[in-house]
Amino acid sequence: MAASTTTGDFKVIGTRPIRPDGVDKVTGRAKFGADYAFPGMLHGKVLRSPHAHAIIKSIKIDKALKLPGVKAIVTSKDLPDAENKLEQAGEMTINPMYLSMNILAHDKVLYDGHAIAAVAATSPHIAEEALRLIEVEYEVLPPVMTVDVAMKPGAAILLKDLRNNEEGDKPTNVAQHFQFKRGDVAAGFKAADYVIEREFSTAMVHQGYIEPHNAVGIYNSDGQATIYCSTQGAFDVRSLSAYVLGMPVGKIKVVPAEIGGGFGGKTTIYLEPLSVLLSKKTGAPVKLVMSRSEVLRASGPTPGGKIKLKMGATRDGKLVAAEIWMAYEAGAFPGSPVAAGALCIIAPYLVENFQIDAYDVVVNRPKTNAYRAPGTTQAAFASETVIDELAEKCGIDPIDFRINNGVKEGSPQIMGPPFKRIGFIQTCEAIKNSPHYKSKLTGKFRGRGVASGFWFNAGMQSSASVNIHTDGTASVVTGSPDIGGSRASMAMITAEVLGMPMTDVRPITADTDSIGHTDVSAGSRVTFATGMAVYEAARDAVRQLIERAAKVWEKKPDEVEFRDGMLHAKGNGVPPMSIKQLAPRFPRTGGPITGRASVNARGVGPGFATTVVDVEVDPDTGKVQVLRCTIAQDAGKAIHPSYVEGQMQGGTAQGIGWALNEEYFYDDKGTLRNSGFLDYRIPTCLDLPMIETVIVEEANPGHPLGVRGVGEVSIVPPVAAVANAIYRAVGVRMTQAPMSPPRLLKAILKHRGAAQHSAAAD
Amino acid sequence: MSKKTLVEATINGETVEFLCEPRQSLLEALRDVLEFTGSKEGCLTGDCGACTVLVDGRAVCSCLVLGVEAQGRNIVTVEGLATNGVLSVLQNKFLEHAALQCGICTPGLLISAKSLLDRNPKPTEHEVRYALAGNLCRCTGYDKIVKAVLDAAADIRSQGEAKAAAR
Repeated sequence: MAASTTTGDFKVIGTRPIRPDGVDKVTGRAKFGADYAFPGMLHGKVLRSPHAHAIIKSIKIDKALKLPGVKAIVTSKDLPDAENKLEQAGEMTINPMYLSMNILAHDKVLYDGHAIAAVAATSPHIAEEALRLIEVEYEVLPPVMTVDVAMKPGAAILLKDLRNNEEGDKPTNVAQHFQFKRGDVAAGFKAADYVIEREFSTAMVHQGYIEPHNAVGIYNSDGQATIYCSTQGAFDVRSLSAYVLGMPVGKIKVVPAEIGGGFGGKTTIYLEPLSVLLSKKTGAPVKLVMSRSEVLRASGPTPGGKIKLKMGATRDGKLVAAEIWMAYEAGAFPGSPVAAGALCIIAPYLVENFQIDAYDVVVNRPKTNAYRAPGTTQAAFASETVIDELAEKCGIDPIDFRINNGVKEGSPQIMGPPFKRIGFIQTCEAIKNSPHYKSKLTGKFRGRGVASGFWFNAGMQSSASVNIHTDGTASVVTGSPDIGGSRASMAMITAEVLGMPMTDVRPITADTDSIGHTDVSAGSRVTFATGMAVYEAARDAVRQLIERAAKVWEKKPDEVEFRDGMLHAKGNGVPPMSIKQLAPRFPRTGGPITGRASVNARGVGPGFATTVVDVEVDPDTGKVQVLRCTIAQDAGKAIHPSYVEGQMQGGTAQGIGWALNEEYFYDDKGTLRNSGFLDYRIPTCLDLPMIETVIVEEANPGHPLGVRGVGEVSIVPPVAAVANAIYRAVGVRMTQAPMSPPRLLKAILKHRGAAQHSAAAD
Repeated sequence: MSKKTLVEATINGETVEFLCEPRQSLLEALRDVLEFTGSKEGCLTGDCGACTVLVDGRAVCSCLVLGVEAQGRNIVTVEGLATNGVLSVLQNKFLEHAALQCGICTPGLLISAKSLLDRNPKPTEHEVRYALAGNLCRCTGYDKIVKAVLDAAADIRSQGEAKAAAR
């Protein structure tokens, strides 16, 4: 796998063709999960807990069942017992018992919105009416809403069976403690001329995909089930649903619909097993679609939490020590991305002495799920703010400070092994040389901030097949739901290898029976790992084309060459043959040609990004307007540059929302008070400037085309970059996100008061 | 369940009669009764704009209109933007500029953009952003969408000028 191929002369890769699924999406023809309908289909709705923490004493469903039109009701009694053990499921480690308890509460509700029962009826309105007729008796318990409260001795315990790796048989809310360290931290701080110590907090935020979760389940009398749903991973829906339903994986087929955004949030299951259970009880297809309020209350947002961070640098700007304590809200069940956050928090820098302690803590909030570079944006808010402060103390430009301390090929990663070829420094230099960074920012209450980010990226399993049609065109089939334009990339890789125009390749996302196992579309892995499978499958097709041409020419395969989409016989004057000319001869030379490949992709290339933002702060209201924003990100190789830019811009916009507005507000009873898009405010068109992009292409040596994957790291820098820009605009260091108007105004007033106070004292 | 009402409306240029429950929204009537599933449900509270349609030329959230209110109205959905299978300039510009990723917000954005360009053929960037601020997109950061709409406006203007010159 020579990385030199990335500098090769590509005909299709690196161009910007129109995406193959585009016409369907601008005409309304694209079929998303909620667009599926079947004859005799029933509609389901879910009864959800109004309490954050309560024991369910009884559930009475008889009144609801009597409502005309109601066909079935399921509660946790309809679920088989699931084992309390850890299982690997794609990217995640899951506990089937907790998964089952999240699908339908067993004996306790653990958050506002926790599912208790599901109804199937002849219309969604009747199903909703039926919910009001279900009687649940609760014994309300004190809600545990923050890591501080949850970790206090004597705190109310959420899960009676939960034990951690340090406290023996003592019930606890701390699911796990991770520790990573290197060198001698005390000695490191002794060598430091400047030490900054700060405490940060961030709020729980949601991925905010516009399409709510949905599922249509069809259970047949022969024991076979089919689920149509919008998901990032059809194979994960299958395996997770199998756990919850106690069904063999082979009896469930999952058909992935078009997906209206996921960003990590559609990598698990909520409605899918309910649709199958209700279908089994009624004999009819059953569709469930969440409301926006249900999405916010009861899907899987990303955790807020607390980070205490102490970092030291020498006068000449060398980072020498870091000591970090971090605790994330896992939600009602263990499994926050705190370990990932811990491994990423100082990953862009070479720090010889560090200790990181990270805690996964359960609280009475929805079970968190992945969100774009899970756990890392929160972490970078803390580290990248302190690094900005240290650079200022040292009198060094913040980008130069990052370049001086930045990791490069050969630098040790947090876990020890050295980095292979990476492009962190290049992203810093790209920003340093950008028209944006070189421009002068003028005006009152304006400031410029920079920050960087790291994300691992992922490999995992993918399958692909490439079919050569009888007219010499092709289709490429994968199991990766297309969450950001990946079908375009898959078609382009196929076209590149087969030497045909991209418009001659039709890309397909197949169901779980029609393609080999393929892990979830997450971890920035689709263009990397599925792209690797597609590349290999297309090359397998080429091998077969060579064999067929050899047969036609009565030569040996090694006497035939394939280049630029043509088959050439070596040596003599036989005219070359195109795939289109060869295709009609497939039947008489051995039958159809399908190239196949399955990979468990190794050679993952980590991603880095550096972002600069200019802001203007209204000092009277605390409102921040982003004036200009540029991001540089290492893509390895950009297959379709427009969709690489799209990932960079989209992640940046989400990061800006996280920085300025987005936040879960719970009241003291643990009820979510902003479960709609009016009050959970994601950035609108009017909140953002154009987002300028610089694609860095530092080829990943572990991929045949140099690809790294680009989906996630763009979200990491913006929160810290905005905080650093606010500091330069109004002189306050923000340590709480989001930096919403009331929070920033308070900080500005405090800062102003302190300044006046010290002026009066002088 | 209350009785259904017969509603007569023009949808994408065709006269259509349908039965509708008084409690059904126009979005529900379009999607579940008439099978125009191009308009999407993102919130049902008028905050996301994925269900935007034109009612008598005005862009509205169809989740906030009752199905029975469509009586006698002229409604255009995303399914009505192409003419005899030929995409409109806006649709083509969205494709050329890669102005969509997942595509769930695209139908509503196209309708809002059409509504803007119908009344303001030469919008500034700020005017485009203002007109589209009721349509949430979580994938793109809006950059390519704004560029696509500005480019479509320029294209429509130059087509208009060419037509005028030809006359």
